[in-house]
Amino acid sequence: MTATVLPDHVPLARRRGTGNLPAVVVGFFVLVAVFGPLLVDYDPVHTPLTDRLRPPGSATSTGTALLGTDGLGRDVLAQIIYGARTSMVIAACTVLVSCLVGVTLGVIAGYARGWVDAVLARVVDVFLAFPGIILVIVIAGAFERSVLVVVIALSSVGWMSFARVTRAVALSLRERAWVDAARVLGVSRVSIVRRHVLPFAAGPVVAMATLEFALVVLAEAGLSFLGIGLPSGAVSWGQTIANGKQYLETAWWISTLPGIALSLLIISVGILGDQLTARYGRGRLPS
Amino acid sequence: MTRMIVRRLLIGVFVLWGAATLIFVIVRVAPGDPAQVLLGPDASPEQVRQLTATLGLDRPMFVQYLGYLGDAVRFDFGESARLGRPAMDAVLDRLPATVDLTLTATTIAVVLGLVLGVVAGGRPGGRLDRVVSAATIALQSFPTFWVGIMLTLLFSLGLRLLPSSGVGTPAHLVLPAVTLSLPFVAIVARVTRSSVAESMDEQYVQTARSKGLTERQVLLGHVLRNSLVPVVTVIGAHVGGLMGGVVIVENVFAWPGLGSLVVDAVANRDYAVVQAATLLIAVVVMVLNLVADLVYPLLDPRIRLESAS
Repeated sequence: MTATVLPDHVPLARRRGTGNLPAVVVGFFVLVAVFGPLLVDYDPVHTPLTDRLRPPGSATSTGTALLGTDGLGRDVLAQIIYGARTSMVIAACTVLVSCLVGVTLGVIAGYARGWVDAVLARVVDVFLAFPGIILVIVIAGAFERSVLVVVIALSSVGWMSFARVTRAVALSLRERAWVDAARVLGVSRVSIVRRHVLPFAAGPVVAMATLEFALVVLAEAGLSFLGIGLPSGAVSWGQTIANGKQYLETAWWISTLPGIALSLLIISVGILGDQLTARYGRGRLPS
Repeated sequence: MTRMIVRRLLIGVFVLWGAATLIFVIVRVAPGDPAQVLLGPDASPEQVRQLTATLGLDRPMFVQYLGYLGDAVRFDFGESARLGRPAMDAVLDRLPATVDLTLTATTIAVVLGLVLGVVAGGRPGGRLDRVVSAATIALQSFPTFWVGIMLTLLFSLGLRLLPSSGVGTPAHLVLPAVTLSLPFVAIVARVTRSSVAESMDEQYVQTARSKGLTERQVLLGHVLRNSLVPVVTVIGAHVGGLMGGVVIVENVFAWPGLGSLVVDAVANRDYAVVQAATLLIAVVVMVLNLVADLVYPLLDPRIRLESAS
């Protein structure tokens, strides 16, 4: 759960002149998630047992399994493609929900200060009392398996970083001259927040959203690796990796290859997030 | 000092109350009749009614909540029907295995992280620095469960050096502890690196160099000591993350600790154990955070306790 806090000096990628590579990789994954399932057929319930545990490149009854097949004869490449969609959809929804909740609470706490701020700080303390993944597991495990429950469980941990960043921005902005001016002119609180505070939070929030995206992808994979949360019909990288564990000795590719896809995505999104953070800062503002 | 500790303890008690309440709410909001869940699908309606009465589930929610809090204070979370024994006993049974795992992983993380950090920070921008930077990025991004499986593939199935799962000998501890430690190796290395790199321009380093000490003596004798404070800080701050990693790693390696117990309990809706285990973890994390906060001023007298609170 502690991914992608990268060195604070110049990003490695930029020094090597490959600054766009992470964005390209992430873009590729997005394309695969959106269009891949249109090009490749996959049915988790269809289990041609004659094709089981074929190594990468083998011919199967339905064609060539470029990345091999799993213990039930299902194509690993297809699982990676469908898993990319699951990961991306869940991560995007979770980041959206976390962002809405976190930014709203953060801006209220930072702008209102006083007891509202104190209450929010204590609520965050309570949520931080548990290691994030444990809260996610308990929430996801308590309810019926569904994508929505997974999104809610992951968001229950994800909103806090958005709240922190937005609160910091709002705290420093409320003292600025233009905010004072708006207040003196009798502009309503809601309008001040919307027109004079929130726009400045956009940069840091986008950077935070990117880093959070990587963490959510990682957490979702961990959750489905443990077999909690997603319905049994869903295809997920964590699940494929878990399924391959029992065949490690004979079929290394089942667990290895989805893990490479997962790691590549997380590293790329993480570096992208750091590049954005370096550009927009964590709540740093133009003076 | 005393005031600060009292203040921290009061906040801690509040946080634990909040944590206990949060878990109570989640468990009660969850669908399914707890009595039915405990007895399984084959139970007769009469049995369900009886257990509902025994557990007090027919009382008003607020009364149940007060009763729950009262029990929680005494660390009594009731019987686990699945395990046939008090939930807290089952949890405490699993604790030593988790302590072994986390202590070993922390030791690895500190030793390896310090070495990498000093090596990288001793010459900022050098080749080793860049290699270590790249390695820390990778270590922090790889999913723990996948790393565990890859290490198993390499060291137990490929090279046949280490057992792939279970407990018993110290050899059983190696793969789980290394897997758990890797993200924290990266964190410690990163923090040590930036603090060492910063210190290299300090006057005391110049003094040490002008005394004719070798670069190694300067690094180990002077710079490293001053870099320990942020390392303690970062370990304190990541105790929670370590406990989170335990959940995953114990499941990869079938390690019989708290983490695998929690996942088991959640999967089987064994809420007595879920409550006991999660709250125990919250207590442990809170106590360790407090200890870390109390240790900084001992390492660095410049840190005023007031500012640490």
